[in-house]
Amino acid sequence: MDLAAIFAVEILYALASLVVISSGLAVVFGMMRVINLAHGEFMMVGGYATIVAVKSGINIYIAMLIVAPIVVGVLGVIVERLIIRRLYGRLVDTMLATWGLSLLLIGLASMIFGNTTTGISPPIPGFAIGRYQVNGYSFFIILAAVAILVAMFAVLAGTRAGLVARGAMQNPAMASALGYNPERVYMLTFFAGSALAGLAGGLFAPLLGLVPTIGSAYIAKAFITVISGGASVIAGLVSSAVLFGATSQIFTLATTPMVGEIALLLIAVVLLRLLPQGITSRFFRGAM
Amino acid sequence: MINRRTFLASSAAVAGAGILGASAGRSLAADPIKLGSILDTSGAFDAYGKPMDMALRLAVDEINAAGGLLGRQVEIVAYDTQSDMALYTQYGQQLARVDKVDVVHGGILSASREAIRQTLRKSGVPYFYNVLYEGGVCDRNITVIGVTPSQQVEVLIPAAIKKWGKKIYVLAADYNYGQITARWIEKFAKDAGGEVVQTDFFPLDVADFGSTIAKIQGAAPDIVVPALVGGPHLSFFRQWAAAGMKSKIPMASTTIGIGNEHKVLTAEEGDGILVAYNYSPEIVSPANEAFLKAWTAKYGNTDQIHEIAVSHYQGIHVWAEAVRKAGDVGRDKLTGAIESGLSFEGPGGKVLIDPKTHHAVLDVHLMEMSGQKLKVLESFQQRQPSDTQGVCDLAANPDDNTQYEIKI
Amino acid sequence: MRGEMRHALLVAIVSAIVLAVAPALIGTYTLTLLVIYGILALSLGLIWGFGGILCFGQAAFFGLGAYTYAIAAINIGESTVPFLLGIAIPFLFAAALGAMMFYGRLSDVYLGVITLVVTLLFFRFMNSTAGPEYVIGTARLGGFNGIPGFQTLNVPGDPSGYIFGDAYYYLTAVALLIVYLLVRWLLASPFGRIAMAIRENELRVELLGYDARARKTLLFSIGGAIAGLAGTLYASWAEIVTPGMFSLGQSAEIIIWCIVGGLGTLVGPVIGAMILAYLKFALGQQSVIDNTLVLGAILILCVLLMPRGVVPTLGTELRRSFQRPQTGGTRRRPGASPAERAHV
Repeated sequence: MDLAAIFAVEILYALASLVVISSGLAVVFGMMRVINLAHGEFMMVGGYATIVAVKSGINIYIAMLIVAPIVVGVLGVIVERLIIRRLYGRLVDTMLATWGLSLLLIGLASMIFGNTTTGISPPIPGFAIGRYQVNGYSFFIILAAVAILVAMFAVLAGTRAGLVARGAMQNPAMASALGYNPERVYMLTFFAGSALAGLAGGLFAPLLGLVPTIGSAYIAKAFITVISGGASVIAGLVSSAVLFGATSQIFTLATTPMVGEIALLLIAVVLLRLLPQGITSRFFRGAM
Repeated sequence: MINRRTFLASSAAVAGAGILGASAGRSLAADPIKLGSILDTSGAFDAYGKPMDMALRLAVDEINAAGGLLGRQVEIVAYDTQSDMALYTQYGQQLARVDKVDVVHGGILSASREAIRQTLRKSGVPYFYNVLYEGGVCDRNITVIGVTPSQQVEVLIPAAIKKWGKKIYVLAADYNYGQITARWIEKFAKDAGGEVVQTDFFPLDVADFGSTIAKIQGAAPDIVVPALVGGPHLSFFRQWAAAGMKSKIPMASTTIGIGNEHKVLTAEEGDGILVAYNYSPEIVSPANEAFLKAWTAKYGNTDQIHEIAVSHYQGIHVWAEAVRKAGDVGRDKLTGAIESGLSFEGPGGKVLIDPKTHHAVLDVHLMEMSGQKLKVLESFQQRQPSDTQGVCDLAANPDDNTQYEIKI
Repeated sequence: MRGEMRHALLVAIVSAIVLAVAPALIGTYTLTLLVIYGILALSLGLIWGFGGILCFGQAAFFGLGAYTYAIAAINIGESTVPFLLGIAIPFLFAAALGAMMFYGRLSDVYLGVITLVVTLLFFRFMNSTAGPEYVIGTARLGGFNGIPGFQTLNVPGDPSGYIFGDAYYYLTAVALLIVYLLVRWLLASPFGRIAMAIRENELRVELLGYDARARKTLLFSIGGAIAGLAGTLYASWAEIVTPGMFSLGQSAEIIIWCIVGGLGTLVGPVIGAMILAYLKFALGQQSVIDNTLVLGAILILCVLLMPRGVVPTLGTELRRSFQRPQTGGTRRRPGASPAERAHV
């Protein structure tokens, strides 16, 4: 029974971590049709920002939840101004440029930090469920995932800024005729997406052995999750995270991590064959 | 400065190998001995490659400061393979055919070694592979300085069983080294009266071990033995500590620390993990003291030093020793010297070359991680590479050229 | 059509001369790899630039060709049948995968994800085959370390007549030229015309009564076969095949070659591949700056400064300097006009 509870926590955690990893990419892809292949490296930068902040005496929660998103958000704005802005509407070019960016960031990080940066420990201790120990920090990640989703929904549906953002993405000419500056909206959206990547990096920093190349462990997963979700940012993200997270984790628990990963990939192939435009092209249509 | 110089030297070699090389080569009687280096100093494996490159440069500096070899200076021709296997093949050819080096040191992953081994053998360039690996390579052209599984596991597992209990749970990286090491763990556990209750293999980019930690608890072993490799796998140790498992089940690892992982983990996460390697900076010996001092003088601090960097350092000195003994850099005489019971007193202890396998007989130190350091508990003198010795006899079959899969 | 083929022949002759002179400047060993990468880039340049199929997983066919060759060569010994299998198996696999995707009406970035996922599947699987239970015939799959020690390419019928060194370079160079001419011929044929029409407007072509799905599948399979050929040649060159051939990085590199070289042309991707692969080779000889960083910076600059790729940009510049100045240079990809891109 206790073991079942542990397994349930692990499955929930798997979904939550997919949401956290993919949310930044989902915002940028869903709203702007830009695939940021440096997403994993943005997370890596967020991780280093957190560690550096904590080492210089800043409270760990402030470091994870505020410093990391701001640092990476600012990085995102710089990248948007210098690179992405020139490439809107050219999906493949942005992919190439951001791939280049990811290599650049890896190179920079390994020149600055090297490969032996001491990490930080999670601020929440593990605790016991019956005879079993569970990672207390998992619950924090689950909580964070819920908070991210709620915040995304609130901003997009509930605020004027969200409305303008959606309007500017759908019809930039109309938005600018109404007095809104689409360029600014793009910039702010990319800031938000990057900040979410930074947040993800910060949140995972205590759980990872942080090395400059860590981003590659995440980019494929995030990419598959976001694309399979389809056009709706939130509904797509949630539905594919649930599907992939549960599948891979159940297979991992039942067999081996290798089978878990292969199961995830096979499900993705089958899913996209059946729903060529992603999950939200068939289900939850019109959802946000 | 050194970087710049070798850069210029190697680009000159590329630009005008025909013109410059020929005229400069004949002008001096004592032209330098060329040492080819081929390492991943950027990309995914640079955590291993960069300190190895530093060790190489230190060793060569020392050799040159002592007057060089046979009255000639040693010159490094270095290539960065950028963690790309196709580049190994290319640079291997470049070193053998264009640069015409006298020896090649390098290669990190087993695949990279196999990518250049045949080329060097065919071209008659002696090759030193100075990295801990899965064992079994049998080839007179190669000399292997790294620790093999039997040397390491034979010390580690019985010690862990004696200390903590009989039931072992193995987590191994899902590639050749992990697979073979897992089998050795099983064998030595059985020999020591223990048993492996479960072995899980992990693809190299898995970074989430929550489900594994849950599964381990279900199996309730006495010891967990992670043979995990690389940055993503390091997450296991942090998640293990975060779940509060550290005080519940102790760990003995065959891999953590090789790439300085104990410095990435905090002291609370790493303390108490049992390991067994050829080297720790904490070893007390005159050779190690001198090594640490020289390294500090060159690089400012000793943070970058790790197991394979020292292995590489020892490899270069073993080669230098062989050249001195042979009185020649050519392959035939050099091989003769290597097979004559050659030894070198390195920072990790005495390195003796076993003539039958061209592998190293090494000291293995049982260590415990403590405060981001590797504290030496006990030293085991001169362990034989018994795994490779079981399959390889170069004295009987000098033309052998295979990597054996060792039956256990 | 005849004009185009004449043009293609001219390109082939010029390339042949360049390829014949090249060994004077660069070692044939490295050149061979550049040519092999050129063939690989050509395969993606064909299906993406002319068929509009963005495949993130061209590395899957490359790796499959190499592994097929290596496994068959260990089992058979003589290299002729393995060589042919190394082309046939990727062709068949691409046909199956293509049929699944195109008959499922997959397009755009979704198609990209499926091909990416398939490549990752190969990568994962091959990486986890280190155990002794993974054997095909007498060939161990070898996991992460790959398969070394197979029979390399020999003169057909003579297993000890290895083709290597300079001879192997000329063999690959001839292979590249033949592939180029065949692809040119294919594109000039009605099949090629329709393929390009599908790229421009799939619906319209279907309404004209053509089966776009079958044609795309066939084009995709041909791309797979060419990539398989590249893989086969690579295996024989490197004398070892590793799962790294299926990696995300390898796939991305092929895409990068095409974009840097110039999409919508055939020569562009080939040149892009050669330039970048040589650059990587040259970079590894210095240790002043981290090479990953340099490569990243070059890619970003390429996209920003030469969005159409090296070959079309140079082509336009050359034409401009010879003709009277044109007004309003186009910065649109791929190629400015169909006429322009059809001839390079």
